Amino acid sequence: MSEMKKIKNLKEFSTSADRFEGANLLCPGCAHSIIVREVLNATNDDLILAASTGCLEVCTAVYPYTSWDASWIHIGFENGSSAVAGAEAMYKALKTKGRLKQPERTPKFVAFGGDGATYDIGFQWISGCFERGHNIMYVCLDNEVYANTGGQRSSSTPIGASATTTPAGRVSYGEKRNKKDMMAIMAAHGAPYVAQVAPNKWKDMVAKIQKGFEAEGPVYINAMSACTTEWKFAPEDTISISDLATDSLVFPLYEIIDGTKLNITYRPKNIIPVRDYLGAQGRFKHLFSKQNEYLIDEWQARVDAQWEYLQRREEASV
Amino acid sequence: MADTMELRDIEVWDGNMAASQALRQAQVDVVAAYPITPSTPIVENYAGFKANDYVDGEFVMTESEHGAMSCCIGAAAAGGRVATATSSQGFALMVETLYSASGMRLPIVLNVVNRALGAPLNVNGDHSDMYLGRDSGWIQLDAYCPQEAYDMNFIAFRVSEDHDVRLPAIVNQDGFMTSHTAQGVKTLSDETAYKFVGEYKPMNDMLDLDHPVTHGVQTEEDWHFEHKARQHHALMTVVIPKIEAAFADFEKLTGRKYNIVETYNMEDAEVAVVCMGTSVETAREVAVEMREQHGIKAGVVGIRVFRPWPLQQIAAVLSNVAAVGLLDRSSPHGAMGTLYNEVSGALFNTDTKAVLTNYIYGLGGRDLTKAHLTAIFKELKANADAGKPTTPLQQYIGLRGPKLSFF
Repeated sequence: MSEMKKIKNLKEFSTSADRFEGANLLCPGCAHSIIVREVLNATNDDLILAASTGCLEVCTAVYPYTSWDASWIHIGFENGSSAVAGAEAMYKALKTKGRLKQPERTPKFVAFGGDGATYDIGFQWISGCFERGHNIMYVCLDNEVYANTGGQRSSSTPIGASATTTPAGRVSYGEKRNKKDMMAIMAAHGAPYVAQVAPNKWKDMVAKIQKGFEAEGPVYINAMSACTTEWKFAPEDTISISDLATDSLVFPLYEIIDGTKLNITYRPKNIIPVRDYLGAQGRFKHLFSKQNEYLIDEWQARVDAQWEYLQRREEASV
Repeated sequence: MADTMELRDIEVWDGNMAASQALRQAQVDVVAAYPITPSTPIVENYAGFKANDYVDGEFVMTESEHGAMSCCIGAAAAGGRVATATSSQGFALMVETLYSASGMRLPIVLNVVNRALGAPLNVNGDHSDMYLGRDSGWIQLDAYCPQEAYDMNFIAFRVSEDHDVRLPAIVNQDGFMTSHTAQGVKTLSDETAYKFVGEYKPMNDMLDLDHPVTHGVQTEEDWHFEHKARQHHALMTVVIPKIEAAFADFEKLTGRKYNIVETYNMEDAEVAVVCMGTSVETAREVAVEMREQHGIKAGVVGIRVFRPWPLQQIAAVLSNVAAVGLLDRSSPHGAMGTLYNEVSGALFNTDTKAVLTNYIYGLGGRDLTKAHLTAIFKELKANADAGKPTTPLQQYIGLRGPKLSFF
């Protein structure tokens, strides 16, 4: 039987057993490490982990060191999902054949990938793993950009963000396409549990991760990961930027159960303007020029419409 | 516990069935695969075994060959016996992960049913996929017929999973010519076969929960070179003796004798061809006819182990031959064929004065006929007599239209 952790407060959380070491090469202020700790800390069960190529991978397993005190594998950019699915298949096989070394223990299988590895290059592999129903959790560390390679756009990069391959310029306001809706796509796979989380709302996040670990079948977690380097804010502001994201509803926190039933899990007491979220980051700086300002209004309208949609979905319970 | 299957001493199997029966008898823990012609029946047969309780491992039908090998790598790192099969375009899609598998020192057995690479798209046999994988760090064995496709799988598991080796292994067989041609195959009982392959012994297994391991690390100029060198060192020093030992044990068990380099009528041969796959058997027949009907002392060298390349063994078996034809079944695209180059490399720095010429044949499943081989042996005899090439160094044979040759 799986064992969930009971953590009452942040102090207890910050001192609880750590299978992801602080000794890693991630940027100061990177939200990845906060998210990964929150995922790993949600259970006392053993963990078998995979990572796709990206910031997390290159910063945590540089030979001859490792930041992982749990079994961990990396193959390539696109296949973290398949790597952990293969390990899960082996677990099932050895369980059937009675060859597990610790048959009484119930490891959890978790893959991490950035939004490039998830929304773009690894999409097919993730879709395959979810369709096949592996008992795995896939966590997308969504910082809306190819951060590891220096800030190129991905299909998670939102409209108006300046990325190195969609730079803002004299005749361009940056990225032209809206962010892909991975939550809806993964829910459409009929996954038992799909949730969007943010590290600043850690209790909400831990509850969702634990729900995910309890689910039978593939679980998708979309974790907003504020990127100090590419979003361009000071490293000490990671949590306050994350607060702006969740409280402006740019990143609404919700879950979808069994592919259809949508629950909103966080309703900000005071919804703040999207303008405040955009204004706090260098990647949107150019939107505040006279010629681009209309885009901020469009942003607000889009966020409002999405919030309205999510609420209706929740009410309809379908 | 999976059911055993009662086999006759000799079953009529094609190469695909032979390979799938070997996977069943090895009781593979995870097969993750994606179907592609002409290897599809291997996984279809295996699915049938699974559906009828003849295997109790996991069978994962993935969304692509890249996904299949990715799952195989995760499964192998987790700690158990892993195998799959593919061909051609599917093999090409896997290539990225092939380097990962060997670089991470994970034993996996991959049956490659050799097929041409498009464009133009073609489903028939040639060795383009085999050659594509030649620098991937996998052991590559070559089977010339269904019997050998069966036998080589057992050798592959045994060698690949050896803790001194820990390298993945490919078993090649010719698309359609072997994979879809039914022949008599001498079988092993399930128990005997499993005993030969042995229990899987995990090493650095992720599922040993008390000993977490990190697989697939980052290295740059500081350590990458040492890792690759160690891998090459294992291929160069450990693998051939291990294969020889496995061949010896297999001979004791079955009476079937395999060699790193297979020779036929080479003891006194004046001319020889070097080839792989089904062509070896055709060439052997023609070599006999050359002696009986044309008075040409012809021999045949078949490459059994393509990787690691048995440089010294090849030099040894060709040391007394005056002319050698290297038969490559893959478009060299701007160079001499692979066998030509690699055999040249094996013979250079030796005392041989053998004249080497290269024949490109059989692309996309084009037949290599006995008439072609007769003509080749006659040309080799002319080269031997002249002590120098009497033909261009590279010739296309069996090609429609005007003759094509280079150098």
